[in-house]
Amino acid sequence: MYNPTVARLTYRALLGRRRALILFILPGLLLVTAIAVRLLTGADDQTTADLLGGFALGTMVPLIGVIAGTGAIGPEIDDGSIVYLLAKPVKRPVIICTKLLVAVGVTIVFSAVPTLIAGLVLGGNSQNLAVAYALSAAVASVAYSAVFLLLGTVTRHAVVAGLVYALVWESLFGSLVAGARTLSVQQWALALGGKVADGGLVTSDVGLPAAVVLLAVVTAGATWYAGQKLRGLTIAGEE
Amino acid sequence: MTTLTIDHVSRWFGNVVAVNDITMSIDPGVTGLLGPNGAGKSTLINMMGGFLAPSAGKVSLDGRQVWRNEDSYRHIGIVPERESMYDFLTGKEFVLANAELHGLPDPGAAARRALATVEMEYAESRKIATYSKGMRQRVKMASALVHDPSVLLLDEPFNGMDPRQRMQLMELLRRMGEDGRTVLFSSHILEEVEQLADHIEVVVAGRHAASGNFREIRRLMTDRPHRYLLRSSDDRALAAALIADPSTAGIEVDLAEGALRVQAVDFPRFTELLPRVAREHGIRLLTVSPSDESLESVFSYLVAA
Repeated sequence: MYNPTVARLTYRALLGRRRALILFILPGLLLVTAIAVRLLTGADDQTTADLLGGFALGTMVPLIGVIAGTGAIGPEIDDGSIVYLLAKPVKRPVIICTKLLVAVGVTIVFSAVPTLIAGLVLGGNSQNLAVAYALSAAVASVAYSAVFLLLGTVTRHAVVAGLVYALVWESLFGSLVAGARTLSVQQWALALGGKVADGGLVTSDVGLPAAVVLLAVVTAGATWYAGQKLRGLTIAGEE
Repeated sequence: MTTLTIDHVSRWFGNVVAVNDITMSIDPGVTGLLGPNGAGKSTLINMMGGFLAPSAGKVSLDGRQVWRNEDSYRHIGIVPERESMYDFLTGKEFVLANAELHGLPDPGAAARRALATVEMEYAESRKIATYSKGMRQRVKMASALVHDPSVLLLDEPFNGMDPRQRMQLMELLRRMGEDGRTVLFSSHILEEVEQLADHIEVVVAGRHAASGNFREIRRLMTDRPHRYLLRSSDDRALAAALIADPSTAGIEVDLAEGALRVQAVDFPRFTELLPRVAREHGIRLLTVSPSDESLESVFSYLVAA
């Protein structure tokens, strides 16, 4: 379920585009903020949880997921260059799984790793907070990548749709409506992080078993459906 | 030897019928798919290439359906009309990636061979983003040839090429046809098709208008009624002399234009008749202008024929 050539093309396309700048800007902002907070206020677990939960997991991870997930396939479909991948005897699910792996890898490198570093800077992994949030970010990276890769396959407006989900649904509705939090990748990921952290600072509205099942179902379902959509992808001509 | 069969294929987009019940068989050799812009050529090629499902009918390659059949790409090479490629790669990296995706045993050698075939080795290390349109076309061609396909589909391959590149590509396609490959290219330019294709399929407004070798198509085009606008030193005397000959079917004196509108039904005979009649009657020809020589009008005639 992996094709190294597809992976190479996807990876280079993803990091070669202008929007990839966001991949560097957001983690940079997190690290600069973490250093500033640490220097100004010293180590404080509540501050660490607020910054990693609010900015890292609440904003940075989904945004990077949108960039990596949609960017792994959307632009190729938009400009038609996907034809060079599709005109090959490569199974469509292999193309999707490979692109998912690249998107997950990029999202983890640019979100989970900086989250871990920021956590260590802020509080030296006090109460396992750095590891817990990094784990949550890594888990969320997988689900976000799958969902946004699917969006990139089914709609030309994948970035907008992804941003609406990440910022409007998860951040806005998630903070106002309790029910919305149940259907939130962020909350599912936090359920796993909560098991690792001590002191009850990492909490989720979703129980661990439900979170694991939902993460698995959404990731597998989105990946399968994206493979199906790619099999039936129609490429219109110039006419 | 591979044959591509299009069997009662239609494709519509909402209320618009792009391809209307076309049946044709593309055999080994070079076939030109001729038609004006917007005739449905690209839609047809996309269906042949498995990128578009027919709304009705079937496209098959030696009996096996092309749509949703990835294995058919072991035999098909495609040169799309679209310019978009992986611009961040060099030409060599792009062709090599195509070879790898085909799972070839020695992709490096296959890529070198394909680049040599299209004479692009000199620019293979440059990024595709820096290529001219003609260079892009040749690299696309290399990527389509890299797995040595038995069927080659090219959508408007000569667009943007200079005359020398055009001749090189024509020579290459001709060679491939002679080797027994099935080569199909689309074009809206009659002369391109005339120079290259052994067999021509004409598509107009989504319909299959004509099929045959160039001579047959040319005859159909030549035999159609031709309309001319004539101005002379004595229009009425010229009209009287021309209408007496069976090569003309009708003459109208256009007073507003100060000209004659002549419909000729026997093109070769009329072209010989006109100067002779003018000379015999001492009439000076001031304007002889074909008024329906656009490709569209020629195609329209074929559809009606």
